[in-house]
Amino acid sequence: MTGSNMTLDQILIEAFALMFLYATPFLFAALGEVFVQRSGVLNLGVEGMMLMGAFSAIYTVSEKGLGQEPLVGLLVAIITGGLLGLAMAVVSVTFKAEQGISGIGFTLFGLGLSSLLFKTLAGGVMTAQGRGFGALSIPVLSDIPIIGDIFFNQNVLVYVAFALVPISVWLLNKTSWGLKIRAVGQNPAAADAMGVNVNRVRYSTVILGGILAGVAGASLSIAVTPIFQENMTAGRGFIAVALVYFGGWSPWRVMAGALLFSIANNLQIWAQILNLRIGGTAIPPNLLIMAPYILTIAVLVFARQRKRLEPAALTKPFERGEN
Amino acid sequence: MRKSPFANARFSTADLFVILVPLAAVLLALAVGAVMLLALGTDPLEAYGSMLEGAFGSDAAIFRSLTRATPLLLVAIGICIAFRGGVINIGAEGQLFVGAVSATAFSLWAGESLPGPLLILLTLVVGFIGGAVWGAVPGILKARFDVNEILTTVMMNQIATQLLFYLLSGPMIDPEQIRQGTRIPQSAQLPDASWLPRLAPPSQLHAGLFIGIAAAIVVFVLLWRTTLGYRIRAVGLSRDAARYAGISVARYLTVAMVLSGGLAGLAGSVEVTGVTHRMVEGFAVGYGFSGIVVALFGRLHPIGAIPSAFFFGAMLVGAERMQRTVQVPSATVTVLQGLIVIFVVSSELLVRRWMARRQARAAAAPAVLPGVPTPASQEVRA
Repeated sequence: MTGSNMTLDQILIEAFALMFLYATPFLFAALGEVFVQRSGVLNLGVEGMMLMGAFSAIYTVSEKGLGQEPLVGLLVAIITGGLLGLAMAVVSVTFKAEQGISGIGFTLFGLGLSSLLFKTLAGGVMTAQGRGFGALSIPVLSDIPIIGDIFFNQNVLVYVAFALVPISVWLLNKTSWGLKIRAVGQNPAAADAMGVNVNRVRYSTVILGGILAGVAGASLSIAVTPIFQENMTAGRGFIAVALVYFGGWSPWRVMAGALLFSIANNLQIWAQILNLRIGGTAIPPNLLIMAPYILTIAVLVFARQRKRLEPAALTKPFERGEN
Repeated sequence: MRKSPFANARFSTADLFVILVPLAAVLLALAVGAVMLLALGTDPLEAYGSMLEGAFGSDAAIFRSLTRATPLLLVAIGICIAFRGGVINIGAEGQLFVGAVSATAFSLWAGESLPGPLLILLTLVVGFIGGAVWGAVPGILKARFDVNEILTTVMMNQIATQLLFYLLSGPMIDPEQIRQGTRIPQSAQLPDASWLPRLAPPSQLHAGLFIGIAAAIVVFVLLWRTTLGYRIRAVGLSRDAARYAGISVARYLTVAMVLSGGLAGLAGSVEVTGVTHRMVEGFAVGYGFSGIVVALFGRLHPIGAIPSAFFFGAMLVGAERMQRTVQVPSATVTVLQGLIVIFVVSSELLVRRWMARRQARAAAAPAVLPGVPTPASQEVRA
């Protein structure tokens, strides 16, 4: 893609297009987490749920696995993520378990199970090359020079992820479900007194969060990089949670964060582009791979001013008659 | 609720319950694991049997389990301090790497210039400091800026992993690897003066085990018998109450993270001086996370962490045999660990309710001394 026969313009267009592609897994997972946290629950199991979504999708699609259509793979990832979300809801809403630690439990579970299945069912090698979601050109719009190549010649999951941003804003702010979510996250006792079933609302958001984490994983394994590797998410699930803090629980700002992290994630590509201009010595790749993680810490420090936007009941299980 | 079974000299049924709950969580996890293994077409009894055999089947197996338990114990003791102090430190993995790499660098640099015992001691101290520094970063960010420590410690893990690979394939690579052109990312071998003594050759069991047990006792005394420990725990129980009592919350949050990271760093340096004698790629991967499970299973008590570390060390060693003999990937252990964490934290509610019911019953019933007839019973008799 950065071959010598491409001009700098072409490389830049490619890099911007990749920015949207690589933002997609972050965006799905982080938008799901916005719903979860807005209702007062912290799901730190996103990483494990993404891994399970990624494996279940690629296993369904790959010729070595079930050889189904990518849409079926996506559906399987949705079911897998939804079931894990349901389990997380049972643990954190019904059993009122400490959410930070139970999330780590789900991460270990998802990491272990996806590795176990990967080795036993797939023998440690699995690819969906040519079988995953491909580029879907939007008629007319994709013919616009530059803009068409960056925005309208993308993978179908990219369109869905970015369309979910305004949909999430609408769901949270303009529907009665969204009102209930926000009420339950801010003041569960008051919501309960108004007749809102606090636990039922939280179940719905945590399951949705699981579904979107599953989709995020699927987008990684059957759209972005059509292979599976053990622990292939490499902390993306945790970064998605950090993006929610960074974005101040607002879908639009979470989207901006996802794009920023997409660049950080692909710093190697950008460094190659800059190298073409500067031609200096190459930076060790491991230092470039560190970038998104360092950025996450920096962003969390910066986002502390957003603390006032934090849902008041975040991580606090609801017990009737307690407050 | 987090009251330790060892804090009081007296041992009641409530304490027994507190020990039985994690055991039930393990049994439940093993049962769920068995269903999964069945679904994958493996006989779970055969798999678990091979695990037991691999962990306890011979003296050599038990030595291997104890060797594996040593770093887990040190990590878990550190996790106890952090969690008791109200800081959820998920960063033991990175703190362990940084500790091990610092210890390695120091030992290679100091080399033969120091007398043996001093070299070992300083190497371990440097490892502790390395881990402490890596733990201090999220600690200070939490204390000063209220930044979520779970996320920062996870990120510090990723950074440490990359840093380790960078150092081992660049600045710290074994000169031998360059000479031979193989360029395997690993450090040179430590001078043997800095190796921890082996306890039962040819097994790898080393003196680090005693360091682990000593550290557990020291941390127990620290947490329950000193002012520093009291303050750390006070901050962990309620930050507001601690602040009201005049305790500097920011200081003790940081101290808890520094000590926690230091112990993880010590675990890394003990592993490198006791077992591998050099830093290699894939060094101690997963020990940081297993240590968290060990700490939770030991009810966040340093003494409880001793049997817990042995149990999980045995599980990890057993899983390696299981992988060889019945071809079940050792990732099974990660699944079981995840399930154990989920079941242990979920059971907290049941423990809490059970305790509350006991207290309510004790409060409702009139205090009756055994052998002293109550007015009611006298009436009946009359």
